[in-house]
Amino acid sequence: MEALILQVLNGLDKGSAYALIALGLTLIFGTLGVVNFAHGALFMIGAFCAVTLNRLLTLSHIVVDETQKDFLGNPLNVEVPYLYDFFGQAAGDVIIDWSVPISILVAIPVMMLIGVAMERGLIKHFYKRPHADQILVTFGLAIVLQEIIKYFYGANPIPTPAPSAFTGSFDFGAALGFDPNLIIYPYWRLVYFAFAAVIIGAVFAFLQFTTFGMVVRAGMQDRETVGLLGIHIDRRFTIMFGLAAAVAGLAGVMYTPINSPNYHMGMDFLVLSFVVVVVGGMGSLGGAVLAGFLLGVLESFASMGQVLEVLPGLNQVILYVVAIIVLLTRPRGLMGRRGVMED
Amino acid sequence: MLSLNARDFQLLLFVAAITMLAPIFLNPFPVDSSLAQFNGGYPDLMQRFVIFGIFAIGFNILFGLTGYLSFGHAAFLGAGSYAAIWMMKLLTMNIIPAIILSIIVAGLFSLAVGFISLRRSGIYFSILTLAFAQMSYSLAYSVLTPITGGETGLQPKLNDPRILDGELAAGETARANLFGLEMGSSYDLAVGGWVFTFNVGYYIAAICMLLAFYASIRIFRSPFGLMLRAVKSNQNRLGYTGVSTRPYTLAAFVISGMYAGVAGGLMVAMDTQAGAERMFWTASGEVVLMTILGGAGTLIGPVLGAGMIKYMENIISKINTTILEAWFAWAPDGLQDVLVSVIYPFVGKGWHLTLGLVFMLVVIFLPGGLMEGFEKIGGLFSRKKGKNSDSVAGSASPAAAE
Amino acid sequence: MSERKDLTRRRVLKAGATATAAGAVTPYFFTSPALADGHEGFRNAPKGDTVTLGFNVPQSGPYADEGADELRAYELAVEHLNGGGDGGMMGTFSSKALKGNGILGKKVAYVTGDTQTKSDAARASARSMIEKDGAIMITGGSSSGVAVAVQALCQEAGIIFMAGLTHSNDTTGKDKKANGFRHFFNSYMSGAALAPVLAKNYGADRKAYHLTADYNWGYTTEQAVQESTEALGWETVAAVKTPLTQTDFSSYIAPVLQSGADTLVLNHYGGNMVNSLTNAVQFGLRDKQVNGKDFQIVVPLYSRLMAKGAGANVKGIFGSTNWHWSLPDEGSKAFVKSFGTKYGFPPSQAAHTCYVQTMLYADAAERAGTFNPCGIVEALEGFEFDGLGNGKTLYRAEDHQCFKDVLVVKGKENPSSEFDLLEIVEVTPVDQVTYAPDHPQMRDAEGNVVPIGTCNPGA
Repeated sequence: MEALILQVLNGLDKGSAYALIALGLTLIFGTLGVVNFAHGALFMIGAFCAVTLNRLLTLSHIVVDETQKDFLGNPLNVEVPYLYDFFGQAAGDVIIDWSVPISILVAIPVMMLIGVAMERGLIKHFYKRPHADQILVTFGLAIVLQEIIKYFYGANPIPTPAPSAFTGSFDFGAALGFDPNLIIYPYWRLVYFAFAAVIIGAVFAFLQFTTFGMVVRAGMQDRETVGLLGIHIDRRFTIMFGLAAAVAGLAGVMYTPINSPNYHMGMDFLVLSFVVVVVGGMGSLGGAVLAGFLLGVLESFASMGQVLEVLPGLNQVILYVVAIIVLLTRPRGLMGRRGVMED
Repeated sequence: MLSLNARDFQLLLFVAAITMLAPIFLNPFPVDSSLAQFNGGYPDLMQRFVIFGIFAIGFNILFGLTGYLSFGHAAFLGAGSYAAIWMMKLLTMNIIPAIILSIIVAGLFSLAVGFISLRRSGIYFSILTLAFAQMSYSLAYSVLTPITGGETGLQPKLNDPRILDGELAAGETARANLFGLEMGSSYDLAVGGWVFTFNVGYYIAAICMLLAFYASIRIFRSPFGLMLRAVKSNQNRLGYTGVSTRPYTLAAFVISGMYAGVAGGLMVAMDTQAGAERMFWTASGEVVLMTILGGAGTLIGPVLGAGMIKYMENIISKINTTILEAWFAWAPDGLQDVLVSVIYPFVGKGWHLTLGLVFMLVVIFLPGGLMEGFEKIGGLFSRKKGKNSDSVAGSASPAAAE
Repeated sequence: MSERKDLTRRRVLKAGATATAAGAVTPYFFTSPALADGHEGFRNAPKGDTVTLGFNVPQSGPYADEGADELRAYELAVEHLNGGGDGGMMGTFSSKALKGNGILGKKVAYVTGDTQTKSDAARASARSMIEKDGAIMITGGSSSGVAVAVQALCQEAGIIFMAGLTHSNDTTGKDKKANGFRHFFNSYMSGAALAPVLAKNYGADRKAYHLTADYNWGYTTEQAVQESTEALGWETVAAVKTPLTQTDFSSYIAPVLQSGADTLVLNHYGGNMVNSLTNAVQFGLRDKQVNGKDFQIVVPLYSRLMAKGAGANVKGIFGSTNWHWSLPDEGSKAFVKSFGTKYGFPPSQAAHTCYVQTMLYADAAERAGTFNPCGIVEALEGFEFDGLGNGKTLYRAEDHQCFKDVLVVKGKENPSSEFDLLEIVEVTPVDQVTYAPDHPQMRDAEGNVVPIGTCNPGA
């Protein structure tokens, strides 16, 4: 029982990450009809926004400490962040400690800008091209982006911890009346879950309740008619691309404390996010979110030791098994619309 | 000739000439010149060119003709490899049974996967094939380790049974061969400063590729090929006329799966090792990229795409700072450093960056892939030639227009 | 016309074309004065005044940084072999055969390639070095899959393979080859070295929960650590396999406390280890009390690059390592000094093992008086040496595995720099980690001992 509750929690948290990434991807699919293989790269760049801000905040000047020796026996160069000079050590430490949440503020404009630049500079020219060409060009772009990151940051993962206030975990078990320590969950993951819920809600509200969103939704249904009505749909689509990039980027920023970011984390998530989107059904935002949570929960169950004893290797293939079953029983995924990317 | 029209026959002859003379023109630089780095005419790379050429030709039969984008073809190549290596471990190091079994296994596997996946079209089809391939990879790497060797893969071992071959003499290693003719043996021809290597394995693989290429021309020009193109241009209309398209697409899927099986079997024949990584999704993605890069739907484009990607992977990645410094030794010190530091990010460990840039440049400026580039160049020099290659390219333009 | 399987174009050119007029067709068996210098009868026998080594390391993919460090070590080794720099460990090496004039009087040249940490790519790269560049020895790599694949290739081609970082028992166990040599330690040694230290620090009645990477290296490491800890009284509560491609380990870590275990063993390497350790610390496992004891985490195989990736999470966590730059012996000091002076930071264990392997190869060639792989094998088998950073070391003849002291390390509480992440807890003496060549962990799935075969000179 406790084990199941725990895995549901786990699954919801995993699912929130999947849903967030898939949401951005399906926004681009749905609005622009573009297969964006560079979406994982956007997620990765978001994570590196956090890394970069952390680097900037800890930008240091060197003070030579004669009392300590470095590995070659020379006096040790101690790095002192400039932040200490401005705010004093205590306040400086707090700012550095909170660098991940602070990066959200940086990441939104940066990612919007990257998204808009990408759409105007490259994607725009591929609306009328076959999907194969879109795949090739966005895949090429993804490689270029991740190689640039690798050039500057190396291939090793870079630790980017959450603020120390969020270390440790919350004891759900004790709160629900079970024995302590049975159902625990890290604070940061709870924050991630809440954050994902807010972002997903905001995107839906934006599309549902604003005129802008209404036009975009209309454009997703029938781009030509909206154009004929004299609405400048292209500019709105550009903004949507920026928005999708920002959603992917924010998912990346908040993910950094969970997994230390590295340059190929985007590729690691790429296949997964496509599976989520397709299981949810092409062109359906709700489907993407639903599929994200569904796959997250099922993946968590499949990773339980008791399950693996019966079906060894299930944790290796669960996502794909679910994808195959869903696609065979529901031809267009959970909530897909007819005729979207079926040819 | 060979039931081909004149132009197709010319193309086949052209490809045959190129593959037979590849050891010569792939080594354009003298061995001791500083540009010898760019020579691609050594057995391993030449073998990879033709093997991945076969893989891409087969993939093109499915994707180029029907428009069905499979993201799981590497699984068939991997299954073929495992079949071949097991044949070599259990039966004989002769490559014939190994390749035959790899075709059969890959064919059956693709029949099963295709039967299920072809119930859906478009991206749903792509994800289904991807799912099957990723499952194969994950299982082969982990729980199927007793059969697949897992992380370390399978190689022939000294204590393998090899029923037909008999005991190895002391100190002898098991080598892949064709009735005693070893795949690794070569003849070197030194002409002046040049050395050309003629390798047995390469020529066997090249003959396989020519056969595969010939078969692909026949399929492209057959009524069956025409039907596949009809599937691509409008599947619904075909349905309305009472034609069931599934048998045709399934046949195309299985044929391309068998091509992947040949490629997998040949990979093992040339280099006796099979591992799970060749089934990873990036390997499936690679053949998609090869096909699109070269020109989907054209006869020879996929082979060019395969050659281009393998060349970059094997040649550009080996250029290091020492080599760069040697190249620019003529420049004054300061200039040399600048040149080296400008080029260095694009070569050696940065070869992926160059690859990504090439993908983007080709698809932006040559929507029909490399084939379109050649047509353009051909068109510049002679009108007649341009026309000629146009018809050779067959369905190049429909591919671009989807 | 005749068949051959050993020559590269470089060799042929140097052997023949120099003596013929341009344009003449030269069969490979052309005899020229160059052939008369004693280097013949084996593949890629060096002609002229240089000898080419092949450095095959991961330059792309997740282990690219480790590969870059290996490459730095190789470049340093080449510099020292050719008489440049301060000579590094050549001065402390117990064998004095190397003179700083290359190997056997030939200047050392090298080619590099990218393994991508994939067996196929690694073999393609190694084959190009052998077929195109005429490399006489291949070395490098940072995974056991690649090491086993390339080792098998080198055996077939008649080239010596000096393994880089590879920790699975299989490399010198069921997949050992006569032409392959490993200096790095293995899973068995990690288990044997760690268990007593763990028992001493955490007590002999611990309940361990294993998370294991679901591939060969994970299996051998799990088995080794389980067997050695259980021998000292520990109990293994559960052992769960995790996919190699897993990035978020929360669903594997969450049930650990429920199982009643008080120790978590992470049989993970590279990105897997960085993520699983980070996740485990995030769950606050280390602040918990189970069975009246503090909960502990153990990482059997450590590397400094991984410790760097996991950041503060490694503090106080035990693991084992092949070598660490803070070792006080003369060899280590000399190596750290020349590496640190050239590159500005201390070398990793991967760099160390690669440097040592190059030195050992060069020394063996000097002592054997030939580059012939069979001569090298003979010179390395049973070779005892000292002064290369790990104390007295033996290259065992039966399986070509080095036997030396193993370091048990712990994540440092107060690192003074970004390189100062691990501290040495104990140097486990070699006797404690030595096993018989036919030890059950070194056998194949059917329990048979796989023969090592005979050296192959390739001609």
